Amino acid sequence: MHSIMVVGMADREERRFAEVPRESVKLMSESAGVELSDELAALLAEDVCYRLREATQSSSQFMRHAKRRKLTVEDFNRALRWSNVEAIAGYGAQDALPFRPIKEGELFFVEDREINLVELALATNIPKGCAETMVRVNVSYLDGKGNLEPQGTVPSAVQTLSEDLLKYYQQVTRAILGEDPHLMKVALLDLQSNSKMAALLPYFVYVISGVKSVSHDLEQLNRLLHMVKSLVQNPYLYLGSYVRSLVSSVMYCILEPLAASINPLNDHWTLRDYAALLLSHIFWTHGDLVSGLYHQILLSLQKVLSDPVRPLCSHYGAVVGLHALGWKAVERVLYPHLPAYWSNLQAVLDDYSVSNAQVKADGHKVYGAILVAVERLLKMKALSLSLPAERGFGAQPGSGGVAGFRVSSPGLSPPPEPLSEAALGIASHLQGPGGAGTPWEDWTPVPLPAMYCELYSFFGDSLAVRLSTGPSLGGCPPSPPGPAANPDTARKMPQLTANLNVSPRQDGSPRPEPAPPSLAATRRNSSSRPGQRSVGPSRDVFPKARFPPPQAGPPAFSFLIGGRQTGRRCQGRRFQTSFSPAPPPSSAPPRTYAHKLPVIGRVGKPLRRWTCSHYSLHLPL
Amino acid sequence: AWYILSHINLIEKQRETKGPPNGQVDLEVEKKEIKTETSNDGSGNNNANSSSPGSTSLGATSKSPTGPAEDQQTLLAVLQFLKRNKLNESVDILRREAGLSVEIDDSPGSASGGAGSGGASNSTVDGGDTNSLLSRVSIAIPAAPAVTAAPVPPKVTASGGEDQPDVNVVLSAYSQQGDPDLYPLYYNGLKKFIESVLDCHRAELSQVFYPLFVHMYLELVYNNHEVEAKQFFEKFSGDQECYYAEDLRILSGMTKKEHMKGNETMLDFRTSKFVLRISRDSYQLLKRHLQERQNNQIWNIIQEHLYIDIFDGMPRSKSQIDAMSGSLAGEAKRDANKTKVFYGLLKEPEIEVPLDDEDEEAENEEGKPKKKKPKKDSMGSKSKKQDPNAPQQTRIPLPELKDSDKLDKIMNMKEAAKKIRLGSDNLPSICFYTFLNAYQGLTAVDITDDSSLIAGGFADSTVRVWSVTPKKLRRVKSAADLSNIDKESDDVLERIMDEKTASESKILYGHSGPVYGISFSPDRNYLLSSSEDGTVRLWSLQTFTCLVGYKGHNYPVWDTQFSPYGYYFVSGGHDRVARLWATDHYQPLRMFAGHLADVTCTRFHPNSNYVATGSADRTIRLWDVLNGNCVRILTGHKGPIHSLAFSPNGKFMASGATDGRVLLWDIGHGLMIGELKGHTDTIYALRFSRDGEILASGSMDNTVKLWDTLKAFDDVELDDFTAATGHIHLPENSQELLLGSYTTKSTPVIHLHFTRRNLLLAAGAYNP
Repeated sequence: MHSIMVVGMADREERRFAEVPRESVKLMSESAGVELSDELAALLAEDVCYRLREATQSSSQFMRHAKRRKLTVEDFNRALRWSNVEAIAGYGAQDALPFRPIKEGELFFVEDREINLVELALATNIPKGCAETMVRVNVSYLDGKGNLEPQGTVPSAVQTLSEDLLKYYQQVTRAILGEDPHLMKVALLDLQSNSKMAALLPYFVYVISGVKSVSHDLEQLNRLLHMVKSLVQNPYLYLGSYVRSLVSSVMYCILEPLAASINPLNDHWTLRDYAALLLSHIFWTHGDLVSGLYHQILLSLQKVLSDPVRPLCSHYGAVVGLHALGWKAVERVLYPHLPAYWSNLQAVLDDYSVSNAQVKADGHKVYGAILVAVERLLKMKALSLSLPAERGFGAQPGSGGVAGFRVSSPGLSPPPEPLSEAALGIASHLQGPGGAGTPWEDWTPVPLPAMYCELYSFFGDSLAVRLSTGPSLGGCPPSPPGPAANPDTARKMPQLTANLNVSPRQDGSPRPEPAPPSLAATRRNSSSRPGQRSVGPSRDVFPKARFPPPQAGPPAFSFLIGGRQTGRRCQGRRFQTSFSPAPPPSSAPPRTYAHKLPVIGRVGKPLRRWTCSHYSLHLPL
Repeated sequence: AWYILSHINLIEKQRETKGPPNGQVDLEVEKKEIKTETSNDGSGNNNANSSSPGSTSLGATSKSPTGPAEDQQTLLAVLQFLKRNKLNESVDILRREAGLSVEIDDSPGSASGGAGSGGASNSTVDGGDTNSLLSRVSIAIPAAPAVTAAPVPPKVTASGGEDQPDVNVVLSAYSQQGDPDLYPLYYNGLKKFIESVLDCHRAELSQVFYPLFVHMYLELVYNNHEVEAKQFFEKFSGDQECYYAEDLRILSGMTKKEHMKGNETMLDFRTSKFVLRISRDSYQLLKRHLQERQNNQIWNIIQEHLYIDIFDGMPRSKSQIDAMSGSLAGEAKRDANKTKVFYGLLKEPEIEVPLDDEDEEAENEEGKPKKKKPKKDSMGSKSKKQDPNAPQQTRIPLPELKDSDKLDKIMNMKEAAKKIRLGSDNLPSICFYTFLNAYQGLTAVDITDDSSLIAGGFADSTVRVWSVTPKKLRRVKSAADLSNIDKESDDVLERIMDEKTASESKILYGHSGPVYGISFSPDRNYLLSSSEDGTVRLWSLQTFTCLVGYKGHNYPVWDTQFSPYGYYFVSGGHDRVARLWATDHYQPLRMFAGHLADVTCTRFHPNSNYVATGSADRTIRLWDVLNGNCVRILTGHKGPIHSLAFSPNGKFMASGATDGRVLLWDIGHGLMIGELKGHTDTIYALRFSRDGEILASGSMDNTVKLWDTLKAFDDVELDDFTAATGHIHLPENSQELLLGSYTTKSTPVIHLHFTRRNLLLAAGAYNP
């Protein structure tokens, strides 16, 4: 077994290569039962570095002569063997080993999972794609002129689809885009688990890229997104470069002012929410493939957000998109942009003219989305500040959704963090030292209190209420007896979020309708009132932030939210006003409130009860 | 008979071991002179006067930087001399006067190899110092440019690899102590000086920077001044030419004395002298400066580790210098390329008329006799007149033509008659052979001359052969079945084949490592493959079995190729030696040693009398098959060379390297005559069209490019002066010469081949 190697970069300008610090040497020697002095370890470390470099240099020869660009483990092993060093056993695989960072501490390691030989032997999904090596000849250039075939077509190796595959392709696409919902479900399920359709991937990706041509048809868009989801979840598929195409299709659904959204009765909001969820899912499970895109997507979201000409539904998409990318994305893009955006939004919301009704309704959607995103930001930030060390969450590693997800995609191997921090995990990975470039280098984080202050100035009490509501509203939770105790509660927060969070589930729904089992539900329902029992993270920070004078009349906004809802339900406003000064002791109202808010603007579409708007708005709780 | 011809390298090896005795002789001469020197010691630095580079080794010794240490050395040397001459009394007296302890001179000599020629063990007096003296002296002599230096014996790494007995000796040359803090000062001083000289000299003198830098750095490292070495490196590594970046990276990793042992790059640098070509004027300028400044440190390095090839005439321009430099050990010495090379083609064998006539009669019906007639005449006339540049027909013995070979020759001629004349306005068609599903990793490809078979070497140790014509590959029947065949029948050749084994492709198993080189024999009966496992294997394409495994390279064999006349083949590998073999000998006939790094590719000259090898030391060498001598050293590439091709007329050669450039060479003059820029990645394949008008190059960057070589060769004007000095001015005309660039579909091009009718075939593995 290989132990974890800590590799630090010594002063960059001096050295251009990685060094093994002496701590690692000591660690290894200790694991072998030898005590080394610091001096000796340092010497050894230096020598090891040199030998490694030497071996690397000679291994590159083998790569060059094999006419490859990628250095493989085998090359390195050969170099070792020829310099009479014992080769490393067990790593001869052709494919690259995942090299993963752990975000706490600068720890990197090569993933070395245990392989269950029995499973491997009995597995029925032996790849069938390994065709016999063959030589094909084609006249590429006639008389040195012109290419007979256009460039960039599907490579000929793939063009030869077997009869079966072709049939499969036709049936699956027909089923998914067809009328029968049951058939669609079956097809999606199969797409998600079929191990033998790798050759069809480009075709499916092509079909999916057709989102642009069906932007008037919500139903079709939805189906295509489901197709994306199935493909992404299929553990036997290597998406490779196709993932970009998928992401761009998803982004299209999130951001574009779809033709379908002209009709206010069309629930394109849900579609956007779902697409955002999907985006988050892709980043979560295929982080290695799309890490280069992260920055690019942030930029395009930012661009949409800062473009006042764009319709509000695009803005809404940008906000939920940012939300899906994690609270860090919100912090870096949405939050700094908020003051500027706010004035525009306010203008829309303040216009009570009839002609503006529709736009205003949209504005409320955006408002709600921003609120949700921002609250999650505050919560996560508080969390990250208050317990940087307690990321382990050892408490519930195997809770339903999480386990199911892990099993479903062995190749993707989520890091050992709770899924709640999916997006966060990726973001921090990207920004971490090992990540692909550190974007936004000039960006400096705003301290939490200041941030809260500013946000409070926008949202007023609606913000505060929601924040303290989450963990501590309602009756005393019966199960954990001493939640009031500081360390205890501090530890509980993450648990809560972990369970609440939506792990993309296998069944295709982002999250089961009833909030995930036991713990979460009870906790949420049975949380105590604000002020009575302040919860760890928020207690430190928020009380302070509570008192700065709200400049803009914030309650007005909370009114408006309620008012917006009353548009459909006719009682939101009253409820809201009565709520803010003195929260009712009964646990029911806040809960309904919490449930209602996300429902903003949802046109009755019972079919998708688990839709994303619901989901994404749930997150911050 | 072959063995008698020569194992010249063995002799050279012996010469190498003889080295130390020579040094001993020098030492004696020197001591006598030292004696005289000690008498007039006051005028210490008379070395400044003995400056003529051809002067004796005296200059080298008396130039040691520090006073007292040198005195002691001198004393010791004198003592030694006295002792050898049995003047024990004087020894005692001197010793008493100098206050030296007795034990010093009794310490046994260690490192100087077989030094004790007279059996006396007192050749070395004190461990380190005298050793360095010894090695310095013995090395310093050929350093003087005026002395016609005996070619530095090529270094053959012992096949065992680990034991390099001379390492210590080699390294000890660095043991001279200088104040480590002064190194940057020295270097900087020289830098300032060179920056201040006239423009015309600056470029030339700047050549000194890199070797000086490396040697000073190594000296610092060797003497355990780790910190100073690092500082030195940081301070000055940025000044070096960018094409040395690769070597600098290796150097930068080397910070301890222990690292130096066993580092091949370092050893190469030490054992071989870095060769610089500098005009006499520039050299004088440099020498005067160093002597004025008494900059002994640098002067010592120049004397000991550099070979300065001085020429008379105009200093070269920066671009001229850049074109030629870049190799691991500097440029080639001018006299290294003086040997005459017989680059002409051998006379075509007379082919029996009846066979040809029969064919012609067959053709007659189609009414094309006219076309063939002149063709045949030209062939005939060519064969009558011996090319003055061609080697003797029997210079090296060649196998006799078999009937089947003659048939093939006729086929070849018939095809050649239908050949398309290529040119800048008539480009070839390109067919691409794509290896699909080559997840075993395609590492080498070859295509038979008649383009009927294609073979691939793979990283999974297999060799696969495909027939690209409708004719399938068949095995010969088993011995038992063969005995039943009527040997008198006309179609016996058909009958011996086992129809049941017919298939489109065959797999040859036998190697135990990736197959890096592959080559068909001209008669298509054999296939050679060279592999990482250190062997070259000969396969029969009749039985599809392995016939011989040639063991000789004990390290990976990077490339192998059959002679155009069959029978011989050449191989080169990680052991830095290229070997010439004959198929019926299990041991090599020749060893071509001299490269300072891996031999990465090997090619036969069309007349089979020469072999060209490209190496990771960024040089190309041409070797004479007859005597094993290196007759050309061509420098100019800035990266390991991975492809070579001779023009069909044998006069020119093209080479491609990892730097993405193709260089064209005139073999007769040993000159670079063209540089073709355009590729962005390693060039793995080069091939001239059948008439040599067009050069095709294939690269990792997924393109095939065609170059107008006719124009390239025409543009070169070779007057006597450039021919004599080798200072050619390369025209910057890559873009004019580039006739076309053709991209593949993510398929690196690793082999190119012109069919007999000038259709271009390319091959590579699809790499999704």
